[in-house]
Amino acid sequence: MDVIVSSWIDVGAVADIPLRGARVVKTPLGCVAVFRTAENEVFALEDRCPHAGGPLSQGIVHGRSVTCPLHNWVISLETGHAQGADEGRTSSIAARIEDGRILLDRDALRARAAA
Amino acid sequence: MAKKLLIIGAGMASGRMLEELLDRAPGAYEITLFNAEPRGNYNRIMLSPVLAGDKTYEEIVTHDDAWYAEKGVRTVFGRRVTKIDRAFKTVTDDAGETHNYDKLVLATGSDPFIIPVPGRDLPGVLAYRDLEDTEAMMKLGAKPGAKAVVIGGGLLGLEAAAGMATHGVDVAVLHLMPTLMERQLDEAAGSLLRRSLEAKGIKIHTRANTAAILGDADAGVRAVKLDDGTELAADLVCMAVGIRPSIAVAKEAGLELGRGVLVDDHMATSDPDIFAVGECVEHRGAVYGLVAPLYDMAKVLAARLAGDTEAAYAGSVTSTKLKVTGCDVFSAGDFAEGEGRQEIVFRDAARGVYKRLVIEDDRIIGAVMFGDTVDGPYFFQLLKDGTDISDIRDTVIFGPTFAEGGAADPLQAVAALPLEAEICGCNGVCKGAIIEAIAEKGLTSLAEVQAHTKASSSCGTCAGLVEQVMAIELGDGFEAKTVEPMCGCTDLTHLDVRRLIVSQSLKSIPEVLQALEWKTSCGCAKCRPALNYYLLCAWPGEAIDDGQSRFINERVHANIQKDGTYSVVPRMWGGMTSSDELRAIADVVDKFKIPTVKVTGGQRIDMLGVQKEDLPGVWEDLGKAGFVSGHDYAKGLRTVKTCVGKEWCRFGTQDSTGLGVQLEKRLWGSWTPAKVKLGVSGCPRNCAEATCKDIGVVCVDSGYEISFAGAAGLDVKQTEFLCKVATEAEVFEHVEALLQLYREEAQYLHRMYKWLARVGMEHIQSRVVEDADSREALSDRFRFSQSIFQVDPWAERARRDVDAHEFKPLAEVA
Repeated sequence: MDVIVSSWIDVGAVADIPLRGARVVKTPLGCVAVFRTAENEVFALEDRCPHAGGPLSQGIVHGRSVTCPLHNWVISLETGHAQGADEGRTSSIAARIEDGRILLDRDALRARAAA
Repeated sequence: MAKKLLIIGAGMASGRMLEELLDRAPGAYEITLFNAEPRGNYNRIMLSPVLAGDKTYEEIVTHDDAWYAEKGVRTVFGRRVTKIDRAFKTVTDDAGETHNYDKLVLATGSDPFIIPVPGRDLPGVLAYRDLEDTEAMMKLGAKPGAKAVVIGGGLLGLEAAAGMATHGVDVAVLHLMPTLMERQLDEAAGSLLRRSLEAKGIKIHTRANTAAILGDADAGVRAVKLDDGTELAADLVCMAVGIRPSIAVAKEAGLELGRGVLVDDHMATSDPDIFAVGECVEHRGAVYGLVAPLYDMAKVLAARLAGDTEAAYAGSVTSTKLKVTGCDVFSAGDFAEGEGRQEIVFRDAARGVYKRLVIEDDRIIGAVMFGDTVDGPYFFQLLKDGTDISDIRDTVIFGPTFAEGGAADPLQAVAALPLEAEICGCNGVCKGAIIEAIAEKGLTSLAEVQAHTKASSSCGTCAGLVEQVMAIELGDGFEAKTVEPMCGCTDLTHLDVRRLIVSQSLKSIPEVLQALEWKTSCGCAKCRPALNYYLLCAWPGEAIDDGQSRFINERVHANIQKDGTYSVVPRMWGGMTSSDELRAIADVVDKFKIPTVKVTGGQRIDMLGVQKEDLPGVWEDLGKAGFVSGHDYAKGLRTVKTCVGKEWCRFGTQDSTGLGVQLEKRLWGSWTPAKVKLGVSGCPRNCAEATCKDIGVVCVDSGYEISFAGAAGLDVKQTEFLCKVATEAEVFEHVEALLQLYREEAQYLHRMYKWLARVGMEHIQSRVVEDADSREALSDRFRFSQSIFQVDPWAERARRDVDAHEFKPLAEVA
């Protein structure tokens, strides 16, 4: 087979996500939440709060954090770590912007199976 | 005979050293100055103003030929020293000439770091280091449509970019990191800088990794290629990614080296007759690329050469200023967040100002400023001196005039209000009236101010503001009660913020954050929903509803469940339904395989476990049957529970069902500080449980008893009696006025009973019951608000023309 395999997957345009918002990418291993900050950065996290599995993609995005809609845990978009007194971590997936498109790290998406 | 002093390099460090030495010990040395550039000392840091056209080269020359001649300095310019023979104490230049020395000073400066990418040697690729580079960039502007790419979004790169932009060049800046000048700026200042550079037409690409420079040896550079394949056209590429001490000659001579030429506190290298100064030096592990430390070193070295054995250099703390017109940036010290560190942030939206001080152990350890940098040197002095700022901490951010002028003013937002700004909306009291009363009557307590001016004597929402006005006027003579701020992003309370939104006519969240000096860049999950509500309430039809500041339930108009699915509750007016409605619900449940259907406590039907993507379809089908959103998810009007009333019940006194339906039709769709539930009972037996609702109406033979502020949740409260009216029309007007007063006065997330506990029944009755004009004005404002907000959010979304992105995944990856 002669297919060029890029290590990055295009999942859509940056403009498809509202500023200070998030959307999900569905994968066979569960949903990934892709966030866009006020500063126009993108981050991707497993769409599960480390606390009770809440869908982080549905939370309020502020600074480089998201507040989980279920019990208000605040999760760092950069590291996936819970902030403040809470402890826990959601795995993050490398994301970047190229020509207005959002790219996710293919290997990191796959590696979630092992996690 | 005078000793021979040879100086290699005519940069800023050696220039300053020469001046100092010739002042201290004229004639002590026979001096020869070498420079590889074909010119003498000039103010290299002023190359950016030359590039920008603000200065000419002649203006930045510090020492000209006449000066060298007058001082008896022999100059050898345009020749590079290639060799030092320490045994014979000679240097050899690239013309092959050898020169003797008794003392040698290395002031070779630094070399620009060239990233090792293909094409780096092409014609048109330059660093930004000397006058030749500057002239090449200036000339580019003469070519119409010229394009330049600057690699490096640090100090030098941005100055190069801005300089070329002023010559009409189309400039793009590539920066590897997400934030410009990330070593000097935090994210907030970096983004303000980015915006103001973009406003100058400069394109900024962050996280941009250069893979190659494209072109050919004859035509020169053509484009820059990034590692993601993007190509940016370029007639000139300026590489400004950093500098390295220039140490080739020192290395060849066998001097001890680190990153630079190692020197002791007296600027001596490992050879006692060879000294080094400036950017080529490593001192106590530090290498400097800024001018202030170079001058410090030059002074020490001059003293040393003049025979002062005490003079010693102890290292420098540095600060940075960006020399780009219209982008005032200052940075000094360490401003990373860390344990035990606190920060003081000041913002001024109108002027585009951002200032941040990082404090540790009551001392400033870092400062970063954008937009207004006049106080930079003041902060920098406090930082260098390690001054204990605990006494001036509240005001230090306002600079020396405030901090040391004794005018304690931590309450900048209130202090900045004009005298005519209204502080108390209930009683129409402006700031000037409060100040006047304080001065004339010698008032010192809030109670006295309330008594004399009536400010904050009604609903009390402005008490915090009145106290702040008093604190400003009375200084230490006034001790305010400690109040709970809205959240970690501000020191203001909810009620302060509500008042300031009105009195300063703030109509959007970014405006509020800047005008009220928010301490975070875009608020948090606590303040943003509150601000969004306050704005919508204060400016119906003007403020834009910000979905991203709403909790998910209000953003997607359904109630999120623990598994991430949603529940859907259609409105059943007054709890009434029909076979057609029930059939439509049954069909929806079957069609969308909704797992759970439950009757709610509010006389409605809840469908639980709906997938988010199915919501628009569910709403579309429900809409066809005439349903609208039940707002069971909202801080808004939820349900109106009724009993069957006199139509069926043998005890019923009035048409409680019909009244409940009419009330619900008037009130639905309104946003409120917290949820609002109504009950209407047809007789005092109270089957609709009206007396534990937010607003309850109990019908009696002679009319309608209206009570409010009940609750049956976390707290269980019986309602308090408001008034009794005779007609349904009066019920509507009183309930609308009551709801509007609550909407305007309560703190976000406070239900009616908390609002009542704060403001008191007397206040509410005076506004809603006793004063007919006030009641009418309130209910008019409510109806106006309803003309904007009484829209079925489900219908909009079922048509897929509002927030369609919410209900679709961004992508599916196999």
